[in-house]
Amino acid sequence: MSKTRKIEAVLWRLLVNLAAILTMAVLLFIVIYILVKGIPNLSLGLFSLHYTTDNQSLMPSLLHTIELTIMGLLLAVPLGVFAAVFMNEYAKKGSKLVALTGITSETLTGIPSIVYGLFGLLFFVEACHLRKTLISGALTIAIMVLPTILRTTQEALLAVPDTFREASYGLGAGKLRTVFKVILPTAMPGILSGIILAIGRIVGESAALIYTAGTITDKFAAPLDSGRTLAVHMYLLSNEGLYTDQAYATAVVLLILVLLLNLGSKAVANRITKERN
Amino acid sequence: MKQAKERIMQAVFALCACVSILAVILICVFLFANGIPGIAKIGPLKFFTGTTWKPGNDKYGILPMIMGSIYVTGGAILIGVPIGLLTAVYMAKFCNKKLYRVMKPATELLAGIPSVVYGFFGIKVLVPMVRQLFGGDGSSILTASVLLGVMILPTIIGVIEPAIRAVPESYYEGALALGATHERSIFSVMLPAAKSGILAGIILGIGRAMGETMAVVMVCGNNPRMPAGILKGARTLTANIVMDMGYATGLHREALIATGVVLFIFILIINLSFSVLKRRKA
Repeated sequence: MSKTRKIEAVLWRLLVNLAAILTMAVLLFIVIYILVKGIPNLSLGLFSLHYTTDNQSLMPSLLHTIELTIMGLLLAVPLGVFAAVFMNEYAKKGSKLVALTGITSETLTGIPSIVYGLFGLLFFVEACHLRKTLISGALTIAIMVLPTILRTTQEALLAVPDTFREASYGLGAGKLRTVFKVILPTAMPGILSGIILAIGRIVGESAALIYTAGTITDKFAAPLDSGRTLAVHMYLLSNEGLYTDQAYATAVVLLILVLLLNLGSKAVANRITKERN
Repeated sequence: MKQAKERIMQAVFALCACVSILAVILICVFLFANGIPGIAKIGPLKFFTGTTWKPGNDKYGILPMIMGSIYVTGGAILIGVPIGLLTAVYMAKFCNKKLYRVMKPATELLAGIPSVVYGFFGIKVLVPMVRQLFGGDGSSILTASVLLGVMILPTIIGVIEPAIRAVPESYYEGALALGATHERSIFSVMLPAAKSGILAGIILGIGRAMGETMAVVMVCGNNPRMPAGILKGARTLTANIVMDMGYATGLHREALIATGVVLFIFILIINLSFSVLKRRKA
């Protein structure tokens, strides 16, 4: 082998190794930096039920995040799962409706969150007169995560073997019964990992919520009140520039939540592949 | 009775499938109906090519924001694509299974970190770093490009890595048999074969970078002037909406919604090219 070719090979190998190390280093650096800077700033006061100018509690925002996530999922999960059931189990091959749903759901995936925020403001907040409330935010975010749930459910349904369906029909079950008693339970882990992924997106979302769910934070807000979520809280804190310590602490809570959700989704997905094998 | 229940539920499922179609229609209708009249009032030429954005003086030119978005996105691509592509190559062809099982979730985790956390990290680490290394106040196109370059890594890797894996192993073996090294077979044979997948990854990365809002707002200065260099600040289309929407009224507000329309159209074009590429590959 000639010398130049050897050098070339070594150079390429060096480059790909460097890139991989860089990618991993960036991730580690961000996570460790936030944890190291943030954990010392976590204090009990930050988890008090009320936000005051003396105590920038993140508790109301955390509760709003949970509230908004539940409402968003209540809307998006049935819609997404049922739509996937229709597309995979009912529609005929080459159906126009399925093609259109596929294209539009792909379009929804690509729309930036600020455009969702703008739409939510124009449609839910103003045209539907819902004002800036957690409900408006939940409706906006439900549309945003709908394609995630639709796609993961479709993949999960595809993985259910046809023999399951045939066995169920063979035992005399109708289509509906087969869907609810056989297909959906079998596809559950896949659907669940999609839902967890959707939760992660909702928890981390800020641009779509700031003008739909609003920014009020003094105490826990009901669905028809305005309330900021944790990510919006984090944005406003760091924008004001006054409460850096609290912003670090909020970042830690946010990051840990997202890490746990990611790991959870992975764990669920891994369990499926293990069971399959 | 049972028949009726089956029928009703089938209709319910079909209706649910229509929701995403309805959502896209509603988004288009509401954005365009609220944004286009604003463009007409301002004058399309003044709106698209005007270089001053001064709502106080009724001047609504969004060219600075269009340029800002292009600069920042371009910078992100320059940084994110080489690193992302090489990392994808590493994951697909160089690393062992054990390492892969760590790297794959790690890159996905990179996608899960909320943009405000990226933005905050940018404010606390990148902005001071750029200020010290290059001068200026640190909130600049360069800072935003670096941050966005990192943020689009998972998108790029997520599309390109499977594309490289999808190239038939016989290509690689053929190149080896002709006397090429492992590296050469990959870079001269497999990557060209995965071309459309790689391009699709880059396009998706462009879409992500252009649509990113909060992280950019936090590190880019947001001054609505024509970009004057990579160490100066800029305002992107997304930032324009977030910065002013809280207090804008009347024509100013309509101009912001029109900004959203422009962004939306940019993204639609990007997504369309992504779908076309994906279909062609398949």
